[in-house]
Amino acid sequence: MPEIRVDETRCKGCELCVTACNLKCIAMSETFSVTGYYPAKLAKLECCTGCGLCAQICPDLAIEVWK
Amino acid sequence: MAEKILMKGNEALAEGAVRAGCRFFAGYPITPQNEVPEYMSWRMPEVGGSFIQAESEVAAINMLYGASATGIRTMTSSSSPGISLKQEGISYCAGADLPIFFANVVRGGPGLGNIAAGQGDYFQSTRGGGHGDYYTIVMAPNCVEEMGNFPRRCYELAEKYRVPAMVLADAILGQMMEPVEFDFEPVDPKTLKAHDWALGIAAGRERRIVRSYDLREGKLELLNLERMERYRKIQEKEALHENRQTDDAKLVVAAYGTSSRIAAGAVKMARDKGMKVGLFRPITLWPFPTKALATIAEHVKNFLVVEMSMGQFVEDVRLAVCGTARVDLYARPAGVPSADEVFTEIEKVYQGIR
Amino acid sequence: MKLINKKPSSLVDKPMRYCPGCGHGIVHRLIAEIMDELDIREHTVGVAPVGCAVFADEYFNCDMIQGPHGRGPAIATGIKRSKPECIVFSYQGDGDLASIGMAETVHSAARSENITIIFINNAIYGMTGGQMAPTTLLGQTSSTCPAGRSVAVNGYPIKVCEMLAQLEGARYLERTSVSTAPGVIKTKKAIKKAFQNQIDCVGFSMVEVLSTCPTNWGMTPVQGARFVDEKMTPIYPLGVFRSPEQ
Repeated sequence: MPEIRVDETRCKGCELCVTACNLKCIAMSETFSVTGYYPAKLAKLECCTGCGLCAQICPDLAIEVWK
Repeated sequence: MAEKILMKGNEALAEGAVRAGCRFFAGYPITPQNEVPEYMSWRMPEVGGSFIQAESEVAAINMLYGASATGIRTMTSSSSPGISLKQEGISYCAGADLPIFFANVVRGGPGLGNIAAGQGDYFQSTRGGGHGDYYTIVMAPNCVEEMGNFPRRCYELAEKYRVPAMVLADAILGQMMEPVEFDFEPVDPKTLKAHDWALGIAAGRERRIVRSYDLREGKLELLNLERMERYRKIQEKEALHENRQTDDAKLVVAAYGTSSRIAAGAVKMARDKGMKVGLFRPITLWPFPTKALATIAEHVKNFLVVEMSMGQFVEDVRLAVCGTARVDLYARPAGVPSADEVFTEIEKVYQGIR
Repeated sequence: MKLINKKPSSLVDKPMRYCPGCGHGIVHRLIAEIMDELDIREHTVGVAPVGCAVFADEYFNCDMIQGPHGRGPAIATGIKRSKPECIVFSYQGDGDLASIGMAETVHSAARSENITIIFINNAIYGMTGGQMAPTTLLGQTSSTCPAGRSVAVNGYPIKVCEMLAQLEGARYLERTSVSTAPGVIKTKKAIKKAFQNQIDCVGFSMVEVLSTCPTNWGMTPVQGARFVDEKMTPIYPLGVFRSPEQ
């Protein structure tokens, strides 16, 4: 099943990936990362199609797309 | 023996740079140096180099910044107001350790001033010129032949120490014609060794970065300290000067560039009248030949500085003699003195010597 | 499973030091991907500007030079004329390219220098703390037009693509936006063309990228992206303004 993996050390919690995801599978964590942001996470594992739009908009190269 | 060619100062300067291996010139018209870009506009393509008439002096110096970062020998030239415009870029070249070569064919100032000869850019040339803490090697020719031969020395020093180097001339030196004999064989740029900092094809090596900044705590000072050490070596090894009849002199006239030619005439007139007068002429203004002048000051207690500015060059003379001798000043800010006028000043000072 | 978006080798693998949501990171990645795809990393020289992207020289894994504010096109000109075998790009913001460096921009286009310019238009000075840019919109507030940009005091924003399109030497001009993922994909296509043009010796190519500065706009990144779509795009319409095929 396709999935995204967010590098919490790079993610700055800008939420652009959340808006980019047409299927609304990304949400923000409720806990701080080591860099002090609420990083993005794949909230609904089963809905990710691996389209990669979230990674396209990510300014921090924090999202890996696996398919 | 190389042949003697009758050349205009500005053309000798340009040809000297070409023969020294310059293959990139960017400039902007300004009197009295227009013959330099005009000459380069046909000479550069002839030798396979690039000539660009830039949109401004600012653009020209930044074209040089880019071109010299690729490791080739580059040149720009201008005159006083244009050199002011280039100063930011020169500071960047100093900060990025790029060995650019440029020439200032000085005119009268401040402001638009006039287009006649002046020496009012002495401070600007010898004190860095732009923002920040740096120096530029400054060579001051006093004849057309030196205009032609100094660019090569500038390139060699600039590359040896990775600092900008310049020729400080003036409207007279740029415009007059004299025979020139180049004292070196034309340099084929292909025979020059490649620099280990030059940008370009990066195959098989780490990427290189040319920059003048370091925002990391304490790092900029380390860079500047390293550069300061290079400046110290330059001051120790590269100062050039010329002494004439200083051994038995009671009075030594100190002058550079065009002033030194005029002063030489006045010194001859004084000698003809039996006065013991000599001439000290710095060839490099930075590094200033401080030691050489201090040595003269061990036995000569009177100096007369002749300069076509309000009293800029005189400061370096006073620093060098360091209070051990009297230093008088004949200042002609944007005026060209005649040998007779300088002789009159010599007489005045000489008569006061006991 | 396979990783489908490997980090480009033309980008140094380190965290971006730009603010959250800043478009620089996106465009940096696109340029690096393009360098990989065109296999030009080893003969590309990039010019970093003054402004936030001064740090571009840390990120691009190719030879880089950082120069004075606004002079990127002149520096790129010097490099390209000296080393025509190199691919030279200048990365500039709006203050850099359209204010202090306007002369260099216009004249390098007029000469049709065979260089590639990536112009990040976020309608504000970022590095210095949010002052008015030549591209700040009418009514948009900044730290030097706190009541909003007014025609009477500040004049009109400059439309760089439209202006350069008057020059015969400007061979390729396109404006794109990185406010949305599809916009990012289009931006990559445009930037790739701007590099390909240089390889093909077409001449001056520039892509103006509408980008965000959420920090200095006083917005969240998501609001910032919306600002680009709703406020900037009507003033700075996306599209091709000149192309070599014309």
